[in-house]
Amino acid sequence: MQTTNSPYWQGVRAGLPFIVILAPFGLLFGVVAAEAGLSMFEAVFMSAITVAGAAQFTAVQLLSEQAPTVIVIAAALTVNLRLAMYSAALTPYLGQASAPMRALIAYCVVDQTYACSVAAYETHAHWTLRDRIAFYFGVSTPLMPNWIVFTFIGALVGEAIPDALALDFAIPITFIALVMPMMRTGAHRAAALAGIVASLSLTWLPYSLGIIVAGVIGMIVGAEVERRGAAA
Amino acid sequence: MIDKGDIWLTVLALGAGSYLLRFVFIGLVGDRPMPAWLLRHLRYTAVAVLPALIAPMVLWPPATGGAIDLPRLAAAAAATAVAWRTHSVIGSILAGGGTLYLGLWLVG
Repeated sequence: MQTTNSPYWQGVRAGLPFIVILAPFGLLFGVVAAEAGLSMFEAVFMSAITVAGAAQFTAVQLLSEQAPTVIVIAAALTVNLRLAMYSAALTPYLGQASAPMRALIAYCVVDQTYACSVAAYETHAHWTLRDRIAFYFGVSTPLMPNWIVFTFIGALVGEAIPDALALDFAIPITFIALVMPMMRTGAHRAAALAGIVASLSLTWLPYSLGIIVAGVIGMIVGAEVERRGAAA
Repeated sequence: MIDKGDIWLTVLALGAGSYLLRFVFIGLVGDRPMPAWLLRHLRYTAVAVLPALIAPMVLWPPATGGAIDLPRLAAAAAATAVAWRTHSVIGSILAGGGTLYLGLWLVG
């Protein structure tokens, strides 16, 4: 029976707040893409198959700077390397799902589905595989279609959105809101701190590579703090 | 004007590449057990990568050409403080957005 407290609806409720951020972010991407010269179909198609705001902004930015296409693709994919890490982190919880289900799960791997799901799986250790899949698609339901819809609206309204709205800062604020509740242990805080320090020191690396290197350094620091804590 | 061929090459390669990155573990590894050291590192993916991604955007926002911007710093601080105290995603976003607009209005 589907009650409003089923894992699916818990997932929907966990995903809903992110529309507040995803909507302006999707709008902004539509606007930026239109200004860069992408047709509406190209912008919407890109959102539908990439579903990764930061990488899409990176690609459009570099395209409009007339960067070589290979560099554009490599830079945008580098921004998306974290998706592979999310995929790996979800595997212990969802890896037993059927192959077609895993193919669909893979499509929905984004910052918010990953963050909400792993947090929920750690809290609800008793959940069955079915519950975990239901929650995951619950989170995805309000997010994935709206990313495409708001890109479409953004491309429609085009230049009507003024710069004064400062939508550029929607990304940092969302990520702060997402990540702060995850700072449960000293190891988590150490990982975050190491990631920040490394990232700020490595901005000289080209093509956002510093973010990837900093992320790996943060993960190593977090894992090492955990290991020593367990050994002590 | 961007070349249409370049746009489509980028769109298709980025879409395919992104899907591959998402699929690589969950699709190919499946339910084969992964070693403890790998899982230990993966636990810290989000808390390491997300702060690393935004730290430069907070300190040196692209919108100001990389110059330190007080309204944006204050907004990040407010979002952090509210998220830290309440664990509320919406509360944190509203605090950050409110502080940003107040700050931009004050700076004028």
